[in-house]
Amino acid sequence: MGTHLPSTEFDGTAVDDQREADAEAVMGEPPAQMVQLLAPDGKLGTDPVFSGYADKLTPEDLRGLYADMAAIRRFDVEATALQRQGQLALWVPLTGQEAAQIGSGRASQPQDYIFPTYREHGVALTRNVDLAELLRQFRGVSNGGWNPKDTNFHLYTLVLAAQTLHAVGYAMGIQRDQKLSAASDGAGQKPDAAVIAYFGDGASSEGDVHESMVFASSYKAPVVFFCQNNHWAISVPTNVQTRVPLSNRAKGYGFPGIRVDGNDVIAVHAVTEWALEHARQGNGPVLIEAFTYRVGAHTTADDPTKYRQSAEEDAWRAKDPLARLEKYLRAEGLADDAFFAKVKADGDELAAYVRRTAHDLENPDIRQSFANVYAEAHPLVAEELAWFEEYSAGFADGEETAGQAAKAGH
Amino acid sequence: MPTMTIAKAINEGLRATLAGNPKSLLMGEDIGPLGGVYRVTDGLIGEFGPDRVVDTPLAESGIIGTAIGLALRGYSPVCEIQFDGFVFPGFNQITTQLAKMHARSHGNLTVPVVIRIPYGGGIGSVEHHSESPEALFAHTAGLRIITPSNPHDAYWMIQQAVACQDPVIIFEPKRRYWLKGEVDVEDQGPAEDPFKAHVLREGTDATVVAYGPLVPVALAAANAAAEDGRSVEVIDLRSISPIDFDTVTASVQKTGRLIVAHEAPTFGGIGGEIAARISERAFHSLESPVIRVGGFHMPYPVAKVEEDYLPDIDRILEALDRAFSY
Repeated sequence: MGTHLPSTEFDGTAVDDQREADAEAVMGEPPAQMVQLLAPDGKLGTDPVFSGYADKLTPEDLRGLYADMAAIRRFDVEATALQRQGQLALWVPLTGQEAAQIGSGRASQPQDYIFPTYREHGVALTRNVDLAELLRQFRGVSNGGWNPKDTNFHLYTLVLAAQTLHAVGYAMGIQRDQKLSAASDGAGQKPDAAVIAYFGDGASSEGDVHESMVFASSYKAPVVFFCQNNHWAISVPTNVQTRVPLSNRAKGYGFPGIRVDGNDVIAVHAVTEWALEHARQGNGPVLIEAFTYRVGAHTTADDPTKYRQSAEEDAWRAKDPLARLEKYLRAEGLADDAFFAKVKADGDELAAYVRRTAHDLENPDIRQSFANVYAEAHPLVAEELAWFEEYSAGFADGEETAGQAAKAGH
Repeated sequence: MPTMTIAKAINEGLRATLAGNPKSLLMGEDIGPLGGVYRVTDGLIGEFGPDRVVDTPLAESGIIGTAIGLALRGYSPVCEIQFDGFVFPGFNQITTQLAKMHARSHGNLTVPVVIRIPYGGGIGSVEHHSESPEALFAHTAGLRIITPSNPHDAYWMIQQAVACQDPVIIFEPKRRYWLKGEVDVEDQGPAEDPFKAHVLREGTDATVVAYGPLVPVALAAANAAAEDGRSVEVIDLRSISPIDFDTVTASVQKTGRLIVAHEAPTFGGIGGEIAARISERAFHSLESPVIRVGGFHMPYPVAKVEEDYLPDIDRILEALDRAFSY
């Protein structure tokens, strides 16, 4: 710690640092230049820049961060169970990444706009998305599930990294809004909102990440690139995606890159708050690499025993984000047994709610699919819908519906 | 009524859009001080500034992807793709993101992005500069695709594309950029609906459907056919998605014969789609099979042989001969 002050200077020495950190990154050891405030043993350290942000967190805030992480972990367990029971087609577990998601999500402000990948259930929680809505896509009743305008939390994007460009474009829109507003009422021109683009170590190889960083840098767009390096892109380790710490890539684009301990919710919160401030103040983009680990499978269709050692998983479990915050809260006398018991009870209640709601999610009508292909009237869609109605009506006399007939192979 | 080229008409249409809609902006490579490689955006950066006429990094996925983000924030971006063959780095953003955003959000989100693509051959250029990839986009639900063939349409269609709440790709016939014609900047007239086909020449014996750069060729072929005593109706399709099948069907019900001409390869193309639909809608009116005139199943050939590749008057006349031989 201590030498990672964000800088846009190209000093050349970083290359050697990168080489050194490379081996560490691949082995999963904490690299030298990683912001960490709360160590796995629950001891709170200091940092010349980010302690100032961490200090703003009240005991209530800290308990809230713990409660959020516990809730989303419980939710994750429930959703995985729902998949195993055939209630969901697929689930994308987040266990292990709670601190990265809750810490960054809680650092955002309501006016900020978030572009997630498809694993940001924890961020969704911080944006007040109804968690049951998250299940719609995985149950096959929606390709979205919620209205992003309600929460400024965009729909999940499944084509890797496509959303990073949307995030930059959105940030370019914020910049223009400020100018339009300044032109109309003489108000300040600083962007008062920022955007977070989430992506992973695997997606970092996609060309869209590169293009998004080029655009963001060129236009100094108010966007924070938040990369959760969870070490595995399905079965491929991070060292196939990069030979240098991902955070160092920011230097090549000319904006600050920070690697943060992604299992340290206090550090993640502090770093993200700093980065969002930096962006909102008109200083341009920031790349945050949250160094974390996907403890479970990529999805419920995956089998991690085929590509990685259980010893590695055990090593990361020892750095568990919840356990370390619990140690800290207990040691500092900020939370007691009653608090943790309530957190557990709340989690079970959330799980029951999600389970109940998932069961109750109604299958949509394909007419809704016809309705939303275009925003404006479209003759081909209208013609095909009319045909479908006529075709369906042909089954009305019998007991079968069109769908049943199709399944029966009629 | 002013006379101007198609390039100038689009330029004026963009100028009117930028002046009338403060949330509209242009994005693309070299569209600023240079005015674009075809000068379609000439002078606009001087009038509207670099926040409205944005010279982007050289990255097509980046242009489309950031345009989507701008649209989500309430803006109406108009993207210029420099040449048809360079749209493919942006193909993913167009087909997996732009086309689907409205549907996957249950209609909560709209992304009124316009993509301008100069297309087609006949300019003696190098590889990737002469292609007609419209069918690849027409196959994707969620997109609208239009192509003007004359300055009046060009002036209005670019503005209509920006006003439309759906994503619109406007294929601009690059070898006709310098085609001149009258533009009524006060009255859209029959150009009011950009998704409607226009009957440009009435006839009774056969119908030729064309769009974009082949419209003047189809008209010339019809004139030549008239010398042989054949009365050929010519339709400018104007919109490739949706296609105005009502206008085409009505024409075929009158003439009984249909030729569809486009520069793009015939296999899997727009002509095949029209042939299939018309055979369903007007089967009993047809005196002959629908005949397609188009490019061959090959990568767009080198400039020195492109005249053998591109449909011309004789190719359309030959197709008419075949149609009349049944």
